[in-house]
Amino acid sequence: MSLLAKAPEDGLARLWSAAGPEPAHRVLRAPETGAVMVRGRAGAVGAAFNLGEMTVTRCSVRLEDGTVGHGYVQGRSKAKAMTAALVDALMQTAAAPVLEQQLLQPLRAALAEAAAARSARAAATKVDFFTMVRGED
Amino acid sequence: MYVAVKGGERAIDNAHAWLAEDRRGDPEVPELSVAQIREQMRLAVNRVMAEGSLYDPDLAALAIKQSRGDLIEAIFLIRAYRTTLPRFGGSRPVDTGTMACDRRISATFKDAPGGQVLGPTFDYTHRLLDFKLAAEGTVPPAPTADPLPETAPHIMGFLDREGLIQSEPEGPDTPPDLTRSPLELPAERALRLQALARGDEGFLLGLAYSTQRGYARNHAFVAELRIGTVAVEMDIPELGFAIEIGEMTLTECETVNQFTGSKTEPAQFTRGYGLVFGMSERKALSMALVDRALRWKELGEDDSGAPAQNAEFVLYHSDNIQATGFLEHIKLPHYVDFQSELELVRKLRAQTAAGGVTATATAAQDCETGS
Repeated sequence: MSLLAKAPEDGLARLWSAAGPEPAHRVLRAPETGAVMVRGRAGAVGAAFNLGEMTVTRCSVRLEDGTVGHGYVQGRSKAKAMTAALVDALMQTAAAPVLEQQLLQPLRAALAEAAAARSARAAATKVDFFTMVRGED
Repeated sequence: MYVAVKGGERAIDNAHAWLAEDRRGDPEVPELSVAQIREQMRLAVNRVMAEGSLYDPDLAALAIKQSRGDLIEAIFLIRAYRTTLPRFGGSRPVDTGTMACDRRISATFKDAPGGQVLGPTFDYTHRLLDFKLAAEGTVPPAPTADPLPETAPHIMGFLDREGLIQSEPEGPDTPPDLTRSPLELPAERALRLQALARGDEGFLLGLAYSTQRGYARNHAFVAELRIGTVAVEMDIPELGFAIEIGEMTLTECETVNQFTGSKTEPAQFTRGYGLVFGMSERKALSMALVDRALRWKELGEDDSGAPAQNAEFVLYHSDNIQATGFLEHIKLPHYVDFQSELELVRKLRAQTAAGGVTATATAAQDCETGS
């Protein structure tokens, strides 16, 4: 679910439609956009405080076999929340290994690649100090 | 006194139609897309998210387009939008120690473990206009190196080994929320930090600068400034456990201030803290300095009467939407109010001309200036 919340919408949609037809389901809670108050800690380690809100869209579905799935995704995409809920439900069924391979693994790899690319750029801006003259000399 | 008047509807409609046309500008010039603003005006988007107090880059970019680049107007649009959203709950406090850092610098420790990472900064640029940007062109890819370790420890943790840093007290899991109940004084630090995090960058910059110039003894060193991505976790009631519901870019600033001790505290270093949505370095620094100045009472320092030490002054004037709402309302029709002022001035002048100076005070009291 954490992976689906962070995955880019177009990438998820592409992999989801490639993974086969949408399973039959009933919508328990229609996709709804709301806000979550994000908290921080004073001094990074102390008492919690409210930093500000972020948009989140959530949705719940039930498959024909009764499996319930929930989706909580960042942003305002109702389609993405619906996909996340369906994937959450399917991951509790026999479809899980296939979905893991066809959908979750590529998403995980794409996010890891993007993070590594940023980190590689950051690493190139790391400072190497060398002392030229010490003040006391 | 308020008096309802009607009229001007056609003029207002036509003014808004002209606004829409003017917003578009010269139709010969290609129109800006929301995605272009989001990607290429990223620091403006970050400011609108921080002060609008809602993390959603697409919405902030749309607000900037609608407001023609007037960022306070854009912040106003975001604040109005966020009031329409149901609140799903509160996140767990973000763990900035696990931040994937784009930038991480310390002005106090040269050899900070993990190193000094500059990131995409304006620092050390020459502030010369780059006319190459006036011509369209592709940008060569930035150099890369072996990726950094996934997380870097807080530098303050190393400073704290000798126990010379003031410790941060724990607090309740659910902090007070000024969007749910009015901000009342005295405001505890959690409320102050919330107000500062959404406060106006310019106002906080001015206050922070005043502390550096001597209005409140507050010489800050930057122990660490970091910018990067953190995951946001929330407990989901229907699941019974926490999941990551997204990730966001944050700027965090930790300052240390020398403190010679007081009646209640030994000599040590004290802390100021800034945490802001997006890449907002100036704001995070300002927040940390003002946070520290506002802590004078709990640290047993003297109130030197500096504006940055005055919680009422700082917190009641840092919100640019409250400020601009009250400021700008005076340009809206006040015809009836002003009529009463006019009457009063005429009356006073008539009395002065007739030699009745003593009647002035009574006449002034008669005048009720509501607005």
